[in-house]
Amino acid sequence: MYSNSNNHDHHEETFIQKYIFSVDHKVIGIQYGITSLLFLLFGFSLMAIMRWQLAYPGTEIPIVGFIFGEGGVLASEQYNSLGAMHGTIMIFLGIVPLAVGAFGNYLVPLQIGAIDMAFPKLNAASYWTYFVGGVIMISSFFMPEGAARSGWTSYPPLSVFENGQTIWLISMIFLITSSLLGSMNIIVTIVQLRVPGLTWMRLPLFTWAQFVTSFLLVLAFPPLEAAAVLQLMDRVAGTSFFLPSGLVMSGEIVDVAGGGSPLLWQHLFWFLAHPEVYVLILPALGIVGEILANNTRKPIWGFKSIVYSMVFLGFCSFIVWAHHMFLTGMGQAMSAFFQTTTMIISIPSVVILTSYFLSLWGGSIRFNTPMLFALAFLPMFGIGGLTGLPLGLAASDIYLHDTYYVIGHFHYVVAPGTIFALFAGIYYWFPKITGKRMSETLGKLHFWPSLIFMNGIFMPMFIQGLAGVSRRLADGGVSYAHASGVLQWNEFMSISAFCLGLSQIPFIVNIFMSLFTGEKSDRNPWKSTTIEWAAPSPPLAHVNFDSEITVHRTAYEYSVPGAKEDFIPQTES
Amino acid sequence: MDIPYVVEEREDTGLINSKLGIWIFLASEVMLFGGLFSAYIFLRMAALPGDFERWASELSVPMATVNTVVLISSSVSMVMAWASLKMKDFSKYKMYLGITIFCSFVFLTIKYFEYSGKFAHDIYPSSNTFMAIYFTLTGLHVLHIIGGVVVMLYFYLPISHKMWDKQPEQFTNRIEVFGLYWHFVDLVWIFLFPVLYLL
Repeated sequence: MYSNSNNHDHHEETFIQKYIFSVDHKVIGIQYGITSLLFLLFGFSLMAIMRWQLAYPGTEIPIVGFIFGEGGVLASEQYNSLGAMHGTIMIFLGIVPLAVGAFGNYLVPLQIGAIDMAFPKLNAASYWTYFVGGVIMISSFFMPEGAARSGWTSYPPLSVFENGQTIWLISMIFLITSSLLGSMNIIVTIVQLRVPGLTWMRLPLFTWAQFVTSFLLVLAFPPLEAAAVLQLMDRVAGTSFFLPSGLVMSGEIVDVAGGGSPLLWQHLFWFLAHPEVYVLILPALGIVGEILANNTRKPIWGFKSIVYSMVFLGFCSFIVWAHHMFLTGMGQAMSAFFQTTTMIISIPSVVILTSYFLSLWGGSIRFNTPMLFALAFLPMFGIGGLTGLPLGLAASDIYLHDTYYVIGHFHYVVAPGTIFALFAGIYYWFPKITGKRMSETLGKLHFWPSLIFMNGIFMPMFIQGLAGVSRRLADGGVSYAHASGVLQWNEFMSISAFCLGLSQIPFIVNIFMSLFTGEKSDRNPWKSTTIEWAAPSPPLAHVNFDSEITVHRTAYEYSVPGAKEDFIPQTES
Repeated sequence: MDIPYVVEEREDTGLINSKLGIWIFLASEVMLFGGLFSAYIFLRMAALPGDFERWASELSVPMATVNTVVLISSSVSMVMAWASLKMKDFSKYKMYLGITIFCSFVFLTIKYFEYSGKFAHDIYPSSNTFMAIYFTLTGLHVLHIIGGVVVMLYFYLPISHKMWDKQPEQFTNRIEVFGLYWHFVDLVWIFLFPVLYLL
């Protein structure tokens, strides 16, 4: 009934309708995936150039040095540009679109048994807005002013006067609009399009994570849009939203009306950017939950407490933002409030992580590639989370603020944390998306070096940070007396970074090789319980499923005593 | 296979997709204007006592009052347009939607004279922080009005009659959902008017 009715009311689609301006959530998900993976690679290359500069300051950059002018040496402004763009690209063009745009788009409708997202055209609009925003962001490298160089946080007053910022702001407005459209769509899809029998507590963790994440995006991004509009006004209309009276630059009083406040930007910015941290981590937690349950062959431990923790985490993430601002002089009372909420928000994160660790207990673990990445995620995210506590307390933050310790902390959360989870997700769902298995050997060749080199890059940052090395030094601390004792780590970290780049080669080879010569996969290669595995691999265009779907049970019924197999799919009565 | 709950409501949520969608969109709009309103509070607290009142006295309260009346009327006619569709009266719908479009053009015209009056007296966004937030807030609001006018013109064109003939219920829902947006834009103005002109 499904495929027949499809054939007779759909005319043949052209190539462009089918693959470029498609409204099918699967095609849009893949478009998001490819674009964001390319941006991740690009953001990584920017970092590699910076790491060369940090390890060997003042020497010629190999291979790409000619871009940076005479002698191939990176100037300080260029270093700043690369830093700002690395952060912006990794967060807004890489990880969020990959976690929410690609995984969310592709898997949420499948996991709830829907034929598509609630608003397919809006979905396509979301991707193309993202694409345009990305093109604008990249194009800023070729503008006469160059790319933005005020850090991804764009603190005024510097950002109001520094070159390249206007393009950054315009691009951000596109990216914010895009994620707004996308996350609205995900919320409506989850609320409205669940198949019969799929009650809220039967939703898989990944869908729950996407649901909470989408609320964060819908409610936290608009204040940044407001802030971006205000900063744009400061730059193009000469207003003084973020410029105080009597501002002195290069020894002269700046000719503006004044009366504004740089703190206003920081409040508006971090009101987005702290929930943004949870936007980065929640989908990762969702993916890891799916893979852990599947590869330990037992139900997730404490499913309900994980779900409630996610919701609580989402709510709390709106009231912790000013812990990024302890050093701004906003006052003791404010600091006290925000460090209390920050300590409170660590509780649900610990509940989730502990539940995941306990889920391993007594499981018969299969060590396949997705599972390895998911297992590595747990301690890596643990390190990232625990090193965040000293930053959340005002007293210790005074010492650690703006040092490499901060860089180490949030990279542990996002790089070996979220990115490992996303890798795990790619390996796990690749058979569903393409109908082909990925190579396990290449997968392990990808995993082990990545794990080692990730730690090689970020662990020494804690050492440097505790020694007091500032995060924004274009020469890596050569001209900085405090740093002299820990400078030898710079080369070690940089070599680790280059090796990390090389260890992604097996991954890229694996994707293409498996796509063309991989072993064919049936619809449920991992013997999983959730609904997406009831669809053919790859799922049918526009309808996804080839049979009527009804849900009869919770998401992770593995190793149920008395069942004939060690898993019972949600769709089985 | 079509996406379900486009026209009929889902039983357990009692909603159609587009209505839930627009409410979530409006929630994000609340956060957008909320961010700007908090910027207003921040700037007002930072200004010297009396400065904001003095700067605000440059604005024309009568013009804004007329605009408030115009915008509220447009909201009423928007509801009437939707109600006419519910009563299957397409020509009445056209009339009421026409009135709404007319009202929004009146609003935009008055706003144009307000803005150009300010510019003529050398008052720009860069003059002081009050004018900065005034132009930003009202400018963003005007952009929302313009966006609304574009959508309304689309629903006014002959193509609307075809949509109505083909899927009357879906068309009615579209007007209802757009109406919610329009009321929100109206509501923002209801907040802007006292905050900027009267306080």
